[in-house]
Amino acid sequence: MTEPLYSLSISQLAPLLARGEVSPVEVTARLLERIKERNGELNAYLTVDEAGALEQAREAEACLGRGEAASLTGIPLALKDVMVTRGLRTTCASKILENFIPPFDATVVARLRREGAVILGKANMDEFAMGSSTENSAYGPTHNPWNREYIPGGSSGGSAAAVAADLCIASLGSDTGGSIRQPASHCGVVGLKPTYGRVSRYGLVAYASSLDQIGPLTKEVRDAAILLNTIAGHDPKDSTSVPQAAADYTEALGREIHGLKIGVPREYFGHGLDPEVEAAIRAALKTLAGLGADLIEVSLPHTEYAVATYYVVAVAEASSNLARYDGVKYGFRAEGKNLMETYLNTRTQGFGAEVRRRIMLGTYTLSAGYYDAYYKKGSQVRALIRSDFETAFKACHLIACPVSPTPAFRLGEKLADPLTMYLSDIFTISANLAGIPGISVPCGFSSQGLPIGLQLLGPAFGEAEILQAAYAFEQATDFHRRKPPF
Amino acid sequence: MAYEAVIGLEVHAHLLTHSKIFCGCATAFGAPPNTQVCEVCLGMPGSLPVLNRKAVEYALKMALATDCTIAPESVFARKNYFYPDLPKGYQISQFELPLAEHGHLEIKVNGQAKRIGITRIHLEEDAGKLVHSEARPVSFVDFNRTGVPLIEIVSEPDMESPDEAVEYLKGLRNILLYLEICDGNLEEGSFRCDANISLRPVGAKELGVKVELKNMNSFRFIKAALEFEIKRQRANLSAGREIVQETRLWDTSSNQTVSMRGKEEAHDYRYFPDPDLVPVRIDHDWLESLRKNLVELPKARLKRFQAEYGLPEYDAEVLTSDKALADYFEATVKLFPQPKQVSNWIMGELMRELKKEEAGIDSCRVSPAALGKLLSLVDTGALSGKLAKTVFEDMVATGRDPEAIIKEKGLVQISDSGALEALAQEIIDANPKEAADFRAGKTKVLGFFVGQLMKKTKGQANPQMANEIFRKLLA
Repeated sequence: MTEPLYSLSISQLAPLLARGEVSPVEVTARLLERIKERNGELNAYLTVDEAGALEQAREAEACLGRGEAASLTGIPLALKDVMVTRGLRTTCASKILENFIPPFDATVVARLRREGAVILGKANMDEFAMGSSTENSAYGPTHNPWNREYIPGGSSGGSAAAVAADLCIASLGSDTGGSIRQPASHCGVVGLKPTYGRVSRYGLVAYASSLDQIGPLTKEVRDAAILLNTIAGHDPKDSTSVPQAAADYTEALGREIHGLKIGVPREYFGHGLDPEVEAAIRAALKTLAGLGADLIEVSLPHTEYAVATYYVVAVAEASSNLARYDGVKYGFRAEGKNLMETYLNTRTQGFGAEVRRRIMLGTYTLSAGYYDAYYKKGSQVRALIRSDFETAFKACHLIACPVSPTPAFRLGEKLADPLTMYLSDIFTISANLAGIPGISVPCGFSSQGLPIGLQLLGPAFGEAEILQAAYAFEQATDFHRRKPPF
Repeated sequence: MAYEAVIGLEVHAHLLTHSKIFCGCATAFGAPPNTQVCEVCLGMPGSLPVLNRKAVEYALKMALATDCTIAPESVFARKNYFYPDLPKGYQISQFELPLAEHGHLEIKVNGQAKRIGITRIHLEEDAGKLVHSEARPVSFVDFNRTGVPLIEIVSEPDMESPDEAVEYLKGLRNILLYLEICDGNLEEGSFRCDANISLRPVGAKELGVKVELKNMNSFRFIKAALEFEIKRQRANLSAGREIVQETRLWDTSSNQTVSMRGKEEAHDYRYFPDPDLVPVRIDHDWLESLRKNLVELPKARLKRFQAEYGLPEYDAEVLTSDKALADYFEATVKLFPQPKQVSNWIMGELMRELKKEEAGIDSCRVSPAALGKLLSLVDTGALSGKLAKTVFEDMVATGRDPEAIIKEKGLVQISDSGALEALAQEIIDANPKEAADFRAGKTKVLGFFVGQLMKKTKGQANPQMANEIFRKLLA
């Protein structure tokens, strides 16, 4: 054993655990120790469940002893703090849920537990998943392990940083407009957003219900497939989860991609794309072509409306989803002289600036007299964006493009300019609006040594195909093997 | 100027499903506060709704019973507003695409039939209940009711008088009870009504400014509130004052409507389709099987009562206007197959007693079996009609069997002709003048003699025999 335990991936660690060469308690303890030592530098975790994790590790050990190992037995994971965990504080990085202890487990959490996973703790994020930098956390920003002056991306910045910095074996995040793929790209890890409806949203605290989707952030593509195997599938508690059975997503890994038609969207390579990012993506396309893929140009004509559409639809849903935080039932309450004052004080003091901004935007777009011009129009444009992809996928199997127009930016750089911040999601947002799956896989580094990710998008329920292509690309390159200087 | 009223009604009816509309919690009324709740109906972060199919089925039954057009696909929408009894900050309801539209209900007022249009029927969840402390300036919230399924039935503004409004409501309630999908309890709030009312000059086409009325939890209050509001609006209009568009509450202590909020304070509910729920698609075969298996409705039952039991229209109408009453009638007829007799007793004695006790037929202590037995005793001559009424009063009060009462009170009819003849002779002997009158042709005095005999026997003499005996003895 040359590599430290904490740096292993799921697929590296699982056989060691199965053979009894290392024990779940040993791995968990080692990670808890590393989190204790190093989390302060990154602020990747908001809550570390030391006692719970060790308890789960001991159970995993007993399971292994009885020869009852499941697919994740003894694997220590981190969860974005937007998935509820029974008895374990879940804050959504908001003051308004500062001391909120959920009475139930999210379906994904229950599935992870069933497969024997060890939950180390809850990862930092933008408050209620609203943001692209994890700077909108009420508990301070997360730092990028590749350079602590830089943002890790967001909103699943804590989950991505924890994976990149070996503060967990893998993690789960959520993606509403790029919140898994963009931080994965900025932190040099793999991030998969499944098809809308593939993974249950039950227990995922809602930001924009028609866009939110849970997915894995991992050190390598195979791990993303392994985690997806556990979390995907129909959930009767989520009416929007699809009844279609999930596949074994590891099956297609290793199959060659010779003859795979990969579409390159014309609209994604224009103004605003950082030259270093473009160079890395072009090189990645060449690699894919070298593996036998056919590159063809495709068009997604409504791309320029994606950001505007997103900021109409998402904020409208958010304004309604966040109405429940009123200080009456749980979480933070700021007392007032009467009911109205209590509402106003609670929500003014309990929510951060970006959340308040989106609630106000969403309230406006749903208001009488504006609904047709905004929400209704937004829903119509959304249908056009979806049909763009349907048309494109008639000509190609997958689409390859950048994840983010730039590498990670400096902490604080865009905080004062929300519009510029919103535009950084331009390449990821469309997939959420269309409901299709997408993956970010490491494909290079900027001259400053910051990671760059390649995005592969597939048609609805095309997870197996994008994992297959991402895996082929990963195996042909070594970007994923590099570790941050942390 | 003469004005006419225009009334439209919104009815909220609790559906009698065992579990709530979007979670598995129980719906039973009266449980200790916050004992029938879970993460879903409490709107805990991360929870999601899943539609209860039974609630859809019940709503469809009502839609079918009121001849609505059922939407093949309807959509749940969020109605957004803040209130402590609304845990999610929005109510899941239906807005643009309701479950059913364009139905109607026929009512009868003063013998005149009238068709009232039903604009729409949609499904929604109920909110919780606030309980205000009398001792301290504190309010408590009970979420047991949160998520109980409701249908909202919106009428067209087709009613012109409080009587029509009440008839329409009774008609709706009756259908809900026939379908067994709502218990129709106004006091407990499982059948609630809001009214929109405006006045316009007689003959005018345009509607006047409307006022919404709330807080009327009995038919009596609904009628009183509408009557009050018509008077109030007429007085204002006659004095040249404009009607203010507002929501008013019926105040039972002052017997008037009082302003609750004006138009400016009206909510903007910011409705939009609920992204947590998929559109409700109504399977054609399912709908057809519901249609085929729909229970007999009041109108059909009325016709059947006339045809099968030979009842006059009036009797059939009264009996079928209350499902429990109609059931009671049929159960009694099964045991005592003289429908008109049964109808007379139910509509006369039984309803009089119920009115006295302000009770419904459901709480009546006299079972159909007991009533049937009583009527058989009268029929066979074992009990006089008069005595039967006394026995019945006792049955209503105590719930006892008629034979037990008769035995205990010694009320058995005296049909022993020897004993009666002896008594009759005594009476004739004691009243020579009346006996002479009778013999002289004044046959009316026979009643006097029979009355005397009844007095002597404490009403137990068989009246028919008494008549015959006196005729014989005085001949």
